[in-house]
Amino acid sequence: MTEPRKPAPVTPVLTKTWLSPRSWTLDTYTKLEGYTALPKALKASPEQLVQLVKDSGLRGRGGAGFPAGVKWSFMPPNEDKPHYLVINADEGEPGTCKDIPLMMADPHSLIEGCVIASYAMRAHHCFIYVRGEALHCIRRLNAAVREAYQAGYLGKNILDSGFDLDIVVHPGAGAYICGEETALLDSLEGRRGQPRLKPPFPAAAGLYAAPTTVNNVETIASVPFIVNGGSDWFREMGTEKSPGPKIYSISGHVEKPGQYEAPLGTTLRDLLELAGGMKDGIPLKFWTPGGSSTPMFTAEHLDVPLDFEGAAEAGSMLGTTAVQVFNETVSVPWAVMKWTQFYKHESCGKCTPCREGTYWLTQILERMVAGNGTEADIDTLLDVCDNVLGRSFCALGDGAVSPITSGIQYFRDEFLALCDKQKAAPALAGAQA
Amino acid sequence: MTDVFDTQTHERAEAIIARYPQARSALLPMLHLVQSVQGFVSQAGIAFCAQKLDLSTAEVSAVATFYTMYKRKPCGEHLVSVCTNTLCAALGGDAIYTRLKEHLGSDTPDGKPLGHEETVGTPGESGSVTLEHAECLAACDLGPVLQVNYEYYDNLTEDKAVELVDALRAGDKPAPTRGAPLRDFKTAELELAGFFPEDEETYRSTVDAPTAAEETVRGARMAADNGWTAPAMPAKVAMPEVQKK
Repeated sequence: MTEPRKPAPVTPVLTKTWLSPRSWTLDTYTKLEGYTALPKALKASPEQLVQLVKDSGLRGRGGAGFPAGVKWSFMPPNEDKPHYLVINADEGEPGTCKDIPLMMADPHSLIEGCVIASYAMRAHHCFIYVRGEALHCIRRLNAAVREAYQAGYLGKNILDSGFDLDIVVHPGAGAYICGEETALLDSLEGRRGQPRLKPPFPAAAGLYAAPTTVNNVETIASVPFIVNGGSDWFREMGTEKSPGPKIYSISGHVEKPGQYEAPLGTTLRDLLELAGGMKDGIPLKFWTPGGSSTPMFTAEHLDVPLDFEGAAEAGSMLGTTAVQVFNETVSVPWAVMKWTQFYKHESCGKCTPCREGTYWLTQILERMVAGNGTEADIDTLLDVCDNVLGRSFCALGDGAVSPITSGIQYFRDEFLALCDKQKAAPALAGAQA
Repeated sequence: MTDVFDTQTHERAEAIIARYPQARSALLPMLHLVQSVQGFVSQAGIAFCAQKLDLSTAEVSAVATFYTMYKRKPCGEHLVSVCTNTLCAALGGDAIYTRLKEHLGSDTPDGKPLGHEETVGTPGESGSVTLEHAECLAACDLGPVLQVNYEYYDNLTEDKAVELVDALRAGDKPAPTRGAPLRDFKTAELELAGFFPEDEETYRSTVDAPTAAEETVRGARMAADNGWTAPAMPAKVAMPEVQKK
């Protein structure tokens, strides 16, 4: 038996066209085989498309990694109520910067994916919920949607298939929580973006209480390639349980930060080699595999395969493959404090553990970083984290404690060192019995 | 009382509502629309949205106060948002923000550093600038970054940031690294509401403005240079067989 072919270190699929001039235009996209998957998809049945995506093993690229085909199959087969497809383009997880370059460089692959996915889920209305601060993406998406209508890829009777679809590009207004799918739906309904109790899941009662699927940008943009290449082709990249290519966003203290689309399961050691190594040769201290909500790793984890299983086995999560690299010059308690301030600001206020927890965690960390902490503060931090993790209404609370618990796990000494000043303070006369 | 919103704004609000199966979904873009007229969400703006959507002003206020992009005080000609989240901060974002606070603050009557969402100059007048710190702006590979009216200025230093705000104060509009030619905060808000330049040439010049940061295409370029590709797709792909339901 021959060994399976090993894919190249970088496998551009989604990012391949980004080098082309005016890659965001319909003209360039169609010249590069864009909109060739759509006619094939429209000739197949919706069930066949759902099965194809299931077979491909495509897992959600927004952080949770739920199998996309399985999610699609939760949509009811009838059309008693209108069905909706909603694209989560509210990229805001600290460190994450893949969907915004994707939408700027190649909005049409997302739109083609939207048409195919909507057809597979019998949706005739699709919303792309874009983070408000991503104005240039909104501009490019609007232009691409306009071009797609003119070319007959959107609107009534698309490519004579009898299938109708409208896409609306919807602007957010600055709220991290709207990346949580049910908060996003509340926001899209014109409300405060606060998460909903599940069940019912969106496939049963989502937008306007109708069957809805919410998918990430990178997930849906992968679909045209899966239709064209087939599930076996897709599985030639990545690992058995985490197939396909993935855009790894490398940022921070490396020589060449940027977007590197590589097979799932690539390690940080490989990624650092691609990114030219640590900046100025200053050694690695800590890094996140997939955004600030994924527990941090250290130099011990250079060879952890960055796929959904590998990251989880090593005690973290793959998240959004937002690889933030920090060198020895950065204080861990300070970084943890900054991230905690972020979660405090973005906590929606709906549930007590997250709202109050992030508030108090910030106070303690600020006190410690200012040099006014005590050893007992470390225990208090962990105790509060324990009361937030798994007890919050949505995953924001879980994400908020990740930097703290992992930071203390790997760098307890650094937290302790901050307490030295208090320890050295002379005891007040009479205070010691 | 005269209506602060002209006929065109009323028509635009109706056009936003028509995009959605249910009217209330129009609220977020409509709040962007009222900001495009007044440079902030005023009580009149809240009443305008409430009246159009048949909501109470309390319901609209509840939404407007939830989202950071809706400003409760008039914004300057330009809104400068500096990313101070952990990664950008470690790369110099905190220092940039501190420097801009002091630098812009020295131009105010009291000379004190500018606070979050405070303005130097008079809103509505050329060269006025509102400064804020922002959460992760999703451009981490290009950090430290800031945005002016939500257009990206990448890979900054303190000096480059000071130069940029000085140009804004002088009425100039330096081009962003990624994004359309700079206009003003109100125009950005109008585009967020979904209204773009009507003249085709101007419109394309905003859409087609350059964005190819080297960081964005680094992986793709490295692959092209080394002859690395994804596996070739098979010539013919059959759809899976499924049982007819």
